[in-house]
Amino acid sequence: MILVYLIIVLLSAAFLAWITGKRNPRWARFISLIALSVDLILLILNVNQSVVPDNGWLINIKLDWIPAFGISLHFALDGLSLVMLFLTFFLGIISVIISWKEIDSRVGFFHFNLLLILAGITGVFLSLDLFLFYFFWELMLVPMYFLIGIWGHENRTAASNKFFLYTQASGLLMFIAIITLYFVHGKYTGVYTFDYMQLLGTEMPESTGFLIMLGFLAAFLVKLPVVPLHNWLPDAHTEAPTAGSLILAALLLKTGAYGLLRFIVPLFPSEAVTFAPVGMLLGVVGILYGAKLAFAQTDLKRLVAYTSVSHMGFVILGVFSFNELAYQGVVVQMIAHGISTGALFVLVGQLYERVHTRDLNKMGGLWEKVPVMGAIGLIFSMASLGLPGLGNFIAELLILIGAFKANILMSCLASLGLIAATIYSLRIVQKVFLGSKNTDWKMNDLNLREKVVSALLVIAIVWLGLFPKPVIDAAKPAILKTLNNQKELTYFQEPPCPPKGGLNLNLLINSFKLSDFVFLQGDPAKREGVFKRFKFLI
Amino acid sequence: MTEKDFLSLTPFLIIAIAPVVIMLVISILRNYRVVFWFSVLAFLAAFVSIFFILTSIPNTIGTLFIIDNYGLFFLGILLISALLVTFISYEYIKQLEGVREEYYIILFTSTLGAALLAIANHFVIFFLGIETLSISLYILIAFQKSKSNSIEAGIKYLILASVSSAFLLFGMALIYTASGTMQFTEIVKAFGEGDQLSPLIISGFGMMMVGIGFKLALVPFHMWTPDVYQGAPAPVSAFVATVSKGAVMAILIRFFFSLKGFNNHYLFVTISGIAILSMFFGNILAIRQKNLKRLLGYSSIANMGYLIIILLVGTNRGIHASVFYLISYFITTIGAFGVISLLSSDKYEAENIEDYKGLFWRKPWIAIVLTLSLLSLAGIPLTSGFIAKFYVIFEGMKAGLLVLIISLLINSVIGLYYYLRVITALFSSVGDSKLPELTSWGNITLAIIAISILVLGIYPGWLIDIIIRLVSL
Repeated sequence: MILVYLIIVLLSAAFLAWITGKRNPRWARFISLIALSVDLILLILNVNQSVVPDNGWLINIKLDWIPAFGISLHFALDGLSLVMLFLTFFLGIISVIISWKEIDSRVGFFHFNLLLILAGITGVFLSLDLFLFYFFWELMLVPMYFLIGIWGHENRTAASNKFFLYTQASGLLMFIAIITLYFVHGKYTGVYTFDYMQLLGTEMPESTGFLIMLGFLAAFLVKLPVVPLHNWLPDAHTEAPTAGSLILAALLLKTGAYGLLRFIVPLFPSEAVTFAPVGMLLGVVGILYGAKLAFAQTDLKRLVAYTSVSHMGFVILGVFSFNELAYQGVVVQMIAHGISTGALFVLVGQLYERVHTRDLNKMGGLWEKVPVMGAIGLIFSMASLGLPGLGNFIAELLILIGAFKANILMSCLASLGLIAATIYSLRIVQKVFLGSKNTDWKMNDLNLREKVVSALLVIAIVWLGLFPKPVIDAAKPAILKTLNNQKELTYFQEPPCPPKGGLNLNLLINSFKLSDFVFLQGDPAKREGVFKRFKFLI
Repeated sequence: MTEKDFLSLTPFLIIAIAPVVIMLVISILRNYRVVFWFSVLAFLAAFVSIFFILTSIPNTIGTLFIIDNYGLFFLGILLISALLVTFISYEYIKQLEGVREEYYIILFTSTLGAALLAIANHFVIFFLGIETLSISLYILIAFQKSKSNSIEAGIKYLILASVSSAFLLFGMALIYTASGTMQFTEIVKAFGEGDQLSPLIISGFGMMMVGIGFKLALVPFHMWTPDVYQGAPAPVSAFVATVSKGAVMAILIRFFFSLKGFNNHYLFVTISGIAILSMFFGNILAIRQKNLKRLLGYSSIANMGYLIIILLVGTNRGIHASVFYLISYFITTIGAFGVISLLSSDKYEAENIEDYKGLFWRKPWIAIVLTLSLLSLAGIPLTSGFIAKFYVIFEGMKAGLLVLIISLLINSVIGLYYYLRVITALFSSVGDSKLPELTSWGNITLAIIAISILVLGIYPGWLIDIIIRLVSL
């Protein structure tokens, strides 16, 4: 029942915050903070207790909902959803804290919407009934629409409408795909159900399966977003209040990535392979095009928004590489991007509170005035460009290696994205904190509340960079389960007889399992094996 | 006609006697409140009496009526809708100038016409019901005599409804010529069903579709809708959108299913065409509307387009879906028009979307009800409209009506756009209050509606079970 409680706590806190927020805004803030902390603690407590995983599911609960259609309240938690939930509650807390001063009107209703979005996201990460999943998927849209539409910046109405229409339209395609899958499954097995576990491994003609998968893909790829469908993102991010941008970038986009891992790959194993080349191409285009657009922006928030497009390109690339390494990278990337881009949005919000502009050309030379903020900005720009020691490096490296196994060309092109990331990230630092002063702003450095938020985020990203093992270990069973039906996509087949002489590229690549180095696992036998593989080089 | 037959007509008798009683009361004592309460009680009594006659069904009375689960279920829905319309009428009608008590008399006669359609098994009752309904509606629509557009709407409805009734009659005549009977069940027996239907019957049905399509506001017979919705008093618009359409839908389903028209190629194509046109026209025309009542009018065209998809499903489960959809649509529409009627005064009709700007910050409660209604119309989760749309899509997919379902989906997105526009206005920051304060009565009605929308959206299982158990043809 714990999983249901997680959602109920958020929902009831949402209504409570709304009602009490009318009397005193502080109450709404504290209630939200308490509810999210309670959820975080509940999660930690229960994860420690449940030691016997049931087929990879830590907690699994199923209740009747609408039996006439075979719809049930089926919630389950595995490593992947666990990691995502930690991220959700952690960033939820952060978003309440950063709104403490920024949101001063209609505070109760703001927190109502905030908690409702988080409840929807929690539901998405936990649902194992496709109808229920769609229910939560849509549930997060309306409050997000209000969040952008009411507390956003100048063009909020247009941005929120665009956001809503894009996601709703693509969601409907997924809806039709879900219903089709239901009927196809029912036709072949006689069991009409929306239950994920039962729908797994549905036998169907390849073409039908491919069409159904496209329906799912539409929803996930718009959310992610991939390049031709990314149009809503810069507007929504730019116009949303800071907490809104944070949640959009750090959590909402992740629901798309989560959907790919949880639904596309396990439900449509062979169809996904057929789609893989296109998927990888979309990823690469996203990485490069997003980076290029990010570089071209003069609005700081828009710039950060486009970096999301670029970073999420790595996620698609990884997902369609179909190997364990890439998937580990995808999971780490979801967390790392959530933290680093979230932190950049927080930073932009803090800057905006002080100088009331997001125009890069009006900033410059701010380091002297706000050294702490500058340092934070530098750290997260470095994270964004993939500096070793910070979370994004691990993630992008793993994805690139994984993708390399699947498709060398795509992987090479994608790695150009790292260079592009360096350019736009350094541009942030250069334009905002260094360079010449364009305007003589009067501003204060971070106060205690802001320092705490930034410190938390910095700790998280450094921890992820130096010690990603807990995340990877937690998600590992889920990843293996996802890949279970999946043949590893390898570009190279073992050559019948290896060519003699010269540098053996194939051998090099096959022996280059960087995972061994990255995690620095202290298994001597394994280390020995690694050295053996590299002997031919020496 | 035996005693049993007589008893099983109790709900109808109550609705028929009530206006007579009101007329007598008015002639002695003209008291708005008394008449209102009497009407509420009469509707409730009629509704409760349904439960007492459940034991004697199914019962065919002569050749005219067929009293079965299906008819009584529809009757129940119609009576509850009429009751809710009565509730939202209270304040609105109270403040009109001139005589007001007569409003309730006509509300009863029109409900009687609608109720007859639910149990009709014969062209005579079909026509009688539809004419009773129409003639009462002329008066109701033009009830606000001080307003020119109310009268204009009434006349428009009068002329077009008469023309459409003529078509309906001609269609009936054609079918009678071909089959020699006016009883629904007998027509099939005389001619067979589906593709065996003779051209005469098909063209007869086509003629009848003009009359029915007019009542349901299906494209291309929809021209009157926005004007009437706008001109009529808000509670009457709600009545036109719910009770009138629901009753016609009830008889259309019964008639169409008894003909097994979904098996006939021509009828299939015709109905599909009408459905697709209605969806697209309704939604696209709604986009540019600045008047909330007109917008709801166009939205109702689209909604009826979604609904008649169910005719082509041709199974009892399809009927279940349509009943659920109708219930959800009724609640939602009465909610939206309820908000309009509660915010309107004699001097000023709250119908421009401009008027609703920032309503949420001044009257959060009423704005929430309107938001819920609009979200429900748009089919967003947590509201009944979502489950209803899901049910229709579900049954449509099952029957393999891909083209229709895909147009439904496209239209959902178009529809979303204009519903969002209204919602955006509700939550925008500026706006000045021209709108009156609310009374407790209105609040209670709106509370019922808001709770129903949410309950059906979150836990619809029980209602679906009831529908599946009771409704079948």
